[in-house]
Amino acid sequence: MKNTAFTKFHEAFGAKMLPFAGFYMPIQYEGVIAEHDTVRNSLGVFDVSHMGEFWVKGPKALEFVQKVTSNDASVLVDGKVQYSCFPNETGGIVDDLLVYKINDETYLLVVNAANIDKDWAWCVKQNTMGANLYNASDEISQLAVQGPLALKAMQKLTDTTVTDMEYYTFKKLTFVGVKDVIFATTGYTGSGGCEIYFANEDADKIWNAVFEAGAEFGIKPIGLAARDTLRLEMGYNLYGNDICDTTSPIEAGLSWITKFVDHKDFINKEALLKQKKEGVASKLIGFEMIDKGIPRHEYEIVDAQGNKIGEVTSGSMAPTLKIAIGMGYVKTAFSAIGSEIFIKVRDKSLKAKVVKTPFYKVN
Amino acid sequence: MKIPENLLYTKDHEWLKVEGNEAFIGVTDFAQSELGDIVYIEVETVGETLDKEESFGTIEAVKTVSDMFMPVGGEILEFNSKLESAPETTNKDPYGEGWIVKIKISNPDEIAELLSAEKYTELVGA
Repeated sequence: MKNTAFTKFHEAFGAKMLPFAGFYMPIQYEGVIAEHDTVRNSLGVFDVSHMGEFWVKGPKALEFVQKVTSNDASVLVDGKVQYSCFPNETGGIVDDLLVYKINDETYLLVVNAANIDKDWAWCVKQNTMGANLYNASDEISQLAVQGPLALKAMQKLTDTTVTDMEYYTFKKLTFVGVKDVIFATTGYTGSGGCEIYFANEDADKIWNAVFEAGAEFGIKPIGLAARDTLRLEMGYNLYGNDICDTTSPIEAGLSWITKFVDHKDFINKEALLKQKKEGVASKLIGFEMIDKGIPRHEYEIVDAQGNKIGEVTSGSMAPTLKIAIGMGYVKTAFSAIGSEIFIKVRDKSLKAKVVKTPFYKVN
Repeated sequence: MKIPENLLYTKDHEWLKVEGNEAFIGVTDFAQSELGDIVYIEVETVGETLDKEESFGTIEAVKTVSDMFMPVGGEILEFNSKLESAPETTNKDPYGEGWIVKIKISNPDEIAELLSAEKYTELVGA
């Protein structure tokens, strides 16, 4: 079990710590609902140092990124971030990731902690064109400072303007006196803010400065439990729950990051294009409960007659919305917005309806 | 962590407070803390007579769900109606306002099989 550079701070805050993706991580501090609300209303800090970072460099960098990812990285300008996935050769997804374009010959891929080893092996195997790959996962720490007040608070720690940055962009800047910090306006919560990447050696200094800068706004540390409820309210996929090695990007509603353009060839392009043209048998949908009850991962989804039509992949009470929501795969015939479906909660079939995501809409 | 002396406990983290041939049942401070924020408590067994260790309801926290089991056999007389609108009461006051059900004890001999506060403290390593 690995620690992050921030483990001692989590323990000092009294976090409930549990193993997650090979790391000893804070699940919650004061309570999942209070932490969730903190991010929606002000700002909170997540230690996401367990995430993996791969550098792709050299003249073949773009060619490599275009081959392994589904989105079109050729449209990226320096300082732009793109959500993407690694399709596998059999119709599934190796992982979902963020692609950062530093310059024409330098890209940063940020992948899920649980998949670092699998992703690295996959990238190395696919690197037939000879891009320079480097796995920096053990050297980089990352904090996600999320919430409507996050950028305002973090502006105090750098001379570079960050409060006017567009969503899904980044800057390399000096932060708390530390040079070359990657400051990105990305996140997994739907409440705005930033994700900050830096070397492990600078972790103490940056953690302390972030909490000091945020103190006047009520900054708090946030655990992975609230990270999950925040992302679910946005309908963001969680790898391992909503997408996996056997779910295709087309089934998962990720057509918007799967670009079938002439200038881009990528792994499994032909098969996925066929799916897009001919349709898929099941689709990932968002639903909200009508009957009282809470859907959970792996609960069955059935029709009015009780026939199985799918399975819940994520579910929870949504703290901001105060209703029970979930995501899951259903047969395509039941995937239209407004469709009535039923969730098997223990021995009962509870009524739910398919809704558009995000569940939570920022005012 | 609070473990009151005057209550009896189960290994499944319920408590029992005996009052004559009736008793209140709830979940322990340890249980509510492990569950985290409780958002829904479902008890649909009012009026039924259940055996010791049968499930009498479920408790849904944000991240997890757990069954609640009868510490002793008995008839479910009442579900704490306050929990329908404010299930978080069980987080805040698990041994008081947050009690879950009131029962009529079927067989008082089963009471002797429950854990004392001291034994329960050992169990949870408090």
